[in-house]
Amino acid sequence: MFNNVLDAVPNMPLAKWTDNATDWITESFSFLFDPVKEQFEKFMDVTSEALMGVPPLIIILVVAIIAFFISGKKVGLAAFSIVGLWLIYNQGLWDQLINTFTLVLLASILSVIIGVPIGILMSKSNIATAIITPILDFMQTMPAFVYLIPAVAFFGIGMVPGVFASLIFATPPTVRFTNLGIRQVSAELVEASEAFGSTGAQKLFKVELPMAKSTIMAGINQTVMLALSMVVIASMIGAPGLGRDVLSALQRAEAGAGFVAGIGIVILAIIMDRFTQSMNNRKEK
Amino acid sequence: MPIVIEAKNVSKIFGKNPKQSIKLLDQGLSKEEILKETGNTVGVNRASFSVEQGEVFVIMGLSGSGKSTLVRMLNRLIEPTEGTILIDGEDLVAMDKQALRNVRRQKLSMVFQNFGLFPHRTILQNAEYGLEIQKVDKEKRQSKAKEALELVGLGGYMHQKPNQLSGGMQQRVGLARALANDPEVLLMDEAFSALDPLIRKEMQDELMDLQNKMQKTIIFITHDLDEALRIGDRIALMKDGSIVQIGTPEEILVNPENDYVEKFVEDVDRSKVLTAQHIMKRPETVNLDRHGPRVALERMREEGLSSIFVVDSKRNLKGYITADNASEARKSGIKDLKEILKNDIPTVEKETPMHDIFDLIYNSPIPVAVVDNEKLAGVIVRGAVIAALSSENEVNLHV
Repeated sequence: MFNNVLDAVPNMPLAKWTDNATDWITESFSFLFDPVKEQFEKFMDVTSEALMGVPPLIIILVVAIIAFFISGKKVGLAAFSIVGLWLIYNQGLWDQLINTFTLVLLASILSVIIGVPIGILMSKSNIATAIITPILDFMQTMPAFVYLIPAVAFFGIGMVPGVFASLIFATPPTVRFTNLGIRQVSAELVEASEAFGSTGAQKLFKVELPMAKSTIMAGINQTVMLALSMVVIASMIGAPGLGRDVLSALQRAEAGAGFVAGIGIVILAIIMDRFTQSMNNRKEK
Repeated sequence: MPIVIEAKNVSKIFGKNPKQSIKLLDQGLSKEEILKETGNTVGVNRASFSVEQGEVFVIMGLSGSGKSTLVRMLNRLIEPTEGTILIDGEDLVAMDKQALRNVRRQKLSMVFQNFGLFPHRTILQNAEYGLEIQKVDKEKRQSKAKEALELVGLGGYMHQKPNQLSGGMQQRVGLARALANDPEVLLMDEAFSALDPLIRKEMQDELMDLQNKMQKTIIFITHDLDEALRIGDRIALMKDGSIVQIGTPEEILVNPENDYVEKFVEDVDRSKVLTAQHIMKRPETVNLDRHGPRVALERMREEGLSSIFVVDSKRNLKGYITADNASEARKSGIKDLKEILKNDIPTVEKETPMHDIFDLIYNSPIPVAVVDNEKLAGVIVRGAVIAALSSENEVNLHV
């Protein structure tokens, strides 16, 4: 009897509907996707080729020098950068490193460009917050692999769908932290800025965003880390970089090769994490 | 003096469907009854007052009395549910955003309880904020901000950040930021409440000094009655969102309109508010030009005094004579009071606070003379001082 209740509605073809929707989007918006992909690919190729054109030694030194200054003139991070990057070079993973870095950098920049305005919108409107919060939850909890499927449908294989999937997976922290940071600005400061006759934009740019900066930076740091974690997954749809080495090691059951490529990702992660964090701390002083 | 700000029946209801609660207010329901019936909170209940140019108008009440809500409606940081607010005759409530911004930029500046300074900006950048958002060019706004900072004695701290300064100094920055705009009206929301008592008193004195120089219109919110009495030209006392009495410090203190006000002012140090003219009595005198020791002695006997003040025909105070001296003079046949006149009279002005009279009257064998332009206006005896300090007693306010 109870089964009858549950069976009252016949099996809904949810998967089919999603397929249809994806197909429809792919077909209807191909006029948009194709040029986007083309331009983007060109841009990414130029970026990574430019980076690869620079001798590795120079990149290592530049990174080390920047590390030295942003960590408050301490040698720790600089030394780690030199040893870590040299190790990656030594293992013949330099080109993969550059590819991975390009992908993470672009995905992060796009996440920030998209995420910060959405976060601002949420902080200004409770309705927007009510609508966007569940979408963010959805974006973050859906297994990241799932995004690869429509990404391939829209953009084929390669770096662009990798960036697209990373974007979906990595944007939520920036949005959330931007919203949180602005809402946390003390009511008195907001009142002070209003009482002197600030316009909405003046309030935002002169008071709220500067006050929320460290919180937003923490969100961006999270976004960068999440984008990096998508690298391995994105290599399943042909995104080049360290992830591809991990993946091929996995397919061939080569523990050593997998470990080495994995170490490369860890080193990149640590350097990027410390860089984004100290950009934040430094400005707070 | 022209009226700068006028509030007419201004109300604020927090909650859903506020207009309905307004109707209930008009029907005479109390704050508690409305809360019970509708779940809405009455922030301010039909407050009306007007503030003249150059006046220090204090809005006082305990926490939750609606004073902060009221002051925020004066620049519409909180939108009034009902009522009219006129600034220089213009209706603030009806203004669109742009007009409101202009009023906030040019006519009203606010000073906040916890200073409301922007921690990411230097002191100078804080002080110039109001001008910066009006897009005043950099050189001009910095010179104005510097002027304001120097006015509050912070010329040397321009490039520090707010958290490097003490509380009192931070509030000076808050004041400078408000003054840099050269507003007509300063709204000060519990501006000194976060400061410790000594600094607070210092700031009150400084505000009064500044006020003497600048003659701004100041609306000052406080929960501290002593503060209100110290700086206010007039005080509005609030309770449960309503204004229960508006008056000068003396009026509030001496003629409380109801039990609440009376209770409120009970613990006040009256000696700081009452002045010599409030406690003086009509003086018994003899005339130096016309009277002799005999008359003086007779007067003293009638009034039961041991000494009496001597004036000339223009009521200028000349000195006093004691009963002992007068009777000796009579025995030895002296006719002229001048020969037994004593001059070491303790005198105070009419405006001298009672607080400053204590020592004088304690050390003096004779009553203290109150003078007004050298003329004798009254006398103060010890008993009157004690009587005035006891709130039970009537004090003759209207001298």
